[in-house]
Amino acid sequence: MNTKDQFTSDAMQYAPQLFSTALRMTRSRSDAEDLVQETYIKGWRSFHTFQEGTNLRAWLFRIMTNTYINKYNAQKRKGTEVELDDVEELFLYKRLGAIDQSQLSSSAEDQMLELFTDDEVKNALESLPEDFRIPVLLSDVDGFSYKEIAEMLEIPIGTVMSRLHRGRKAMQKMLYEYARDKGLIVEPETVEGSGE
Amino acid sequence: MPNCQETLKELELFLDSELPNARIEEIMAHLTGCTDCQGAYEFHAELRTIVRVKAKRDHLPEGFTDRLLACFEPQSE
Repeated sequence: MNTKDQFTSDAMQYAPQLFSTALRMTRSRSDAEDLVQETYIKGWRSFHTFQEGTNLRAWLFRIMTNTYINKYNAQKRKGTEVELDDVEELFLYKRLGAIDQSQLSSSAEDQMLELFTDDEVKNALESLPEDFRIPVLLSDVDGFSYKEIAEMLEIPIGTVMSRLHRGRKAMQKMLYEYARDKGLIVEPETVEGSGE
Repeated sequence: MPNCQETLKELELFLDSELPNARIEEIMAHLTGCTDCQGAYEFHAELRTIVRVKAKRDHLPEGFTDRLLACFEPQSE
């Protein structure tokens, strides 16, 4: 098998995963297509530097993450860091305990699956500020380790951990708001409903 | 063995498979004997699954694979 066939057969299997993550990163279908395409072009051009036996998937994600940061985020990097509101620990867990079981059908196991649609989960992820979105994507969606994410983003592991922690809490708060807006959760301290 | 507070504090690392093996066993021992922490663990484990599954359901655009394959041809320089 020649090099091109080898790259094609090994690397193309990751296109769907790369595309999903590119969509969440760029929040645009055309930008996501461009980003994945650029990732494969760069990957193919530097495939001779890839060490066989190491993780090709992580290598491609690293190329894509770097490309994204350089291309779409160049000005922002110079700017100020975006902060997130502080969200209490176990935010969603503490609130979903209040769900009226009868409002949800079928077994307990399916409760949360029914609670949030695909779009809501995607929107919650996509609404995170970039500094938090990318680590959360790479960990929760793509399953990379802290070390791998730290290498991809060129930030310390401690920073990866704190961004994951805060990003996840912010995402939980957003999911909670979706569930509440659909009337699936009644907020305990809601008193403002004016009499009509 | 870790108490509830320590267990909940390390739950995220535990779910991320980022704890040393000895600590994993200690946390697991606590979870086995504590229904409260087990509930929190199961909730967050399920939430992880939901995010992983639901954020990945995207279809590749039509013809996209062919366009990618064309990138490996010499004329795409």
